[in-house]
Amino acid sequence: MNTAEFVALTLSPLLISVLSAVTCALPGNFLVLRRQALIGDAISHVVLPGIVAAFLVTGVVSAWPMLIGAAGAAVVAVVLIEAVRRLGRIEPGAAMGVVFTAMFAAGVLALEQSDTSSVHLDVEHALYGNLESLIWLDATGWSSLWDPVALAGLPPELGRIAAVCLGVAAFTLIFWRPLKISTFDEGFARTLGIPTATLGIALVVVSAVAAVAAFDAVGSIIVIAMFICPPAAARLMTDRLEMQIAWSVGFAILSAVLGFILAGYGPLWLGGSNAVSAAGMIATVSGLVLALAAVFGPCRTRSGASAQG
Amino acid sequence: MLLDALTLQLGYNATLVAIGAALLGVAAGVTGTFLFLRKRALVSDAISHATLPGVGLAFILMVLLGGDGRWLPGLLAGSALTALLGLWLVQWLSRATRLGEDAAIGAVLSVFFGFGIVLLTVIQTIPAGRAAGLESFLLGSTAGMLYSDAVVIAVGGLITLGLVILLRRPMILVAFDPGFAETTGIDTRRTDLLMMTLVLAVTVVGLKIVGLILIVALLIIPPVTARFWSDRSDHVVMIAGGLGGMAGYVGAAISATAPDLPTGPIIVLVAFAGFAASLMLSPGRGVLSSFLRHRRFQAAVHMRQGLLALAQEQPIYEPLTLRLLRRAGLVRADGVPTDGGRARAAKALRDERRWTVLRSMEAHEVAASLYDGLREIETVLTPDQVAEIDRRIGLPKGVKP
Repeated sequence: MNTAEFVALTLSPLLISVLSAVTCALPGNFLVLRRQALIGDAISHVVLPGIVAAFLVTGVVSAWPMLIGAAGAAVVAVVLIEAVRRLGRIEPGAAMGVVFTAMFAAGVLALEQSDTSSVHLDVEHALYGNLESLIWLDATGWSSLWDPVALAGLPPELGRIAAVCLGVAAFTLIFWRPLKISTFDEGFARTLGIPTATLGIALVVVSAVAAVAAFDAVGSIIVIAMFICPPAAARLMTDRLEMQIAWSVGFAILSAVLGFILAGYGPLWLGGSNAVSAAGMIATVSGLVLALAAVFGPCRTRSGASAQG
Repeated sequence: MLLDALTLQLGYNATLVAIGAALLGVAAGVTGTFLFLRKRALVSDAISHATLPGVGLAFILMVLLGGDGRWLPGLLAGSALTALLGLWLVQWLSRATRLGEDAAIGAVLSVFFGFGIVLLTVIQTIPAGRAAGLESFLLGSTAGMLYSDAVVIAVGGLITLGLVILLRRPMILVAFDPGFAETTGIDTRRTDLLMMTLVLAVTVVGLKIVGLILIVALLIIPPVTARFWSDRSDHVVMIAGGLGGMAGYVGAAISATAPDLPTGPIIVLVAFAGFAASLMLSPGRGVLSSFLRHRRFQAAVHMRQGLLALAQEQPIYEPLTLRLLRRAGLVRADGVPTDGGRARAAKALRDERRWTVLRSMEAHEVAASLYDGLREIETVLTPDQVAEIDRRIGLPKGVKP
């Protein structure tokens, strides 16, 4: 493969998958530490009804209404889960299971009922994205990176996920101290005057935005995998939150790059001719990373202290 | 049309689907109850997503062996194997590492599902896999259900149900009090594993009808709904089974009435409708009944405080109190008590005094502890005892003019 082909066909989906992975891994760290990992699961399931609702309202498949619809659905789901939990006095896991499965079912039903045959909107797409199709056809080589005409042909998903990635990183940096304190010791955080409830909701909303932006590009599987696997693996590597975030970003990038390359070229090396699902492969690689961390990670046990000390 | 479907008049395939879905619903509702009582409902989500790579692997293996890749029992066996692996990984991750069960569930769910998708894209490239239609396992597909498929589902559902009935006592015990269960000689871990295996069996059996993403709903929603209607575990199990069966049957019937009503989502939505209705209307824990209970309590407190205020000739400013007193005919529109009101107020004040005396009597400690400001003292003491207290308080004394 020559450089022109690499820049045109590989660079942009690779960048999108790396950015998606990092965007999800950042809030994922806090979700894992707060034992709210399954919020990511619930959010990624309810994105489908949100997108379908946006489509039914606007009648077109375009990015912004769908992003807003999906984010709205995530917020509705979180509110509903909380309402079911409080009103029915049901444990959170079951409340979550009731809400997100029902919303997902409603989304599938609405999708089947509406006339979406003319547009590219289906359940499979929602589940595993279309990473492979996010290519940059205007590129002719590395020099295209400085060519404004070619740059205009970049897939819009790249710009969106980059913007959201920056936003999530900014959120993490700006609210670093309150996030850290309220994650580890909510009572202490409250005595310091940190609005822990608001911060908790903000974290969920940021996760929802991250999930929706990444979902748009790579489908909901990678989203769940990236929310949970890299932060969980990082959790087994260190006791310090700063280091954990660094590890998780590293793991996320590693999974995205390795998964993407394996999906694209792995079958060719094995003698096959067609690439396999990149989204699925990235999730698989992130799982393997977690498995390695769970077996060899220096801080894998519950005792807290690492082996050295 | 719907009536035809509900009475199984819509043809052979619709009848098969409806019966299969009803059996599946019963098995899922009953099994899910134990999972729900054990507070591990979402483990089923990991199990169900972990079936996908098994389906893919089984298909590839069967094609490589020269058989038909779509043979349902083979696919189900494959899915059971990877689901078991996924279940074991969830247990291992949450036990051997510092990760919580939620992170373990999420990791297993997404990784297995992702790997399953990879296998599906591999299958699309092998010649026999072109029309495999394995995607139908994601959301279920009942369009081309065969008699043999229905038999597999029915037998699987019945075996699961039988096992649940055999194992219900240890599972209930472990769900409510694992420590006590241990002391009675029940192996908690093995019971948990058995319960999870049953959940796994339901998941695998349900793949064909509702698909792996929505089978979780059948395991969670009926038990949660049943919990609203009873506090007794055996009743909850039976109600959950009934609700699950009903959701399966009605859902399948509704979906048979029109071409673009997918079975799985309809079944889930029917179950959810039952849940929403129960959340609102159930007599013990429902939103409506707790609202009414709250209103009754509020009225009782206001009434009592209003009467005490009347007796002590204090002015009442609270509008709700005034409204309640007026409606009961105890005060006039200008806030002056009627004769009835004066009598009730005097009684309320005397009762309050009686309670004060009662609470100072050591012999009546238990009765006194029932004091909450609302309870009528006659419901706690006999007339003799009340008379005894009245003797201590003394009779009303005449006031000199």
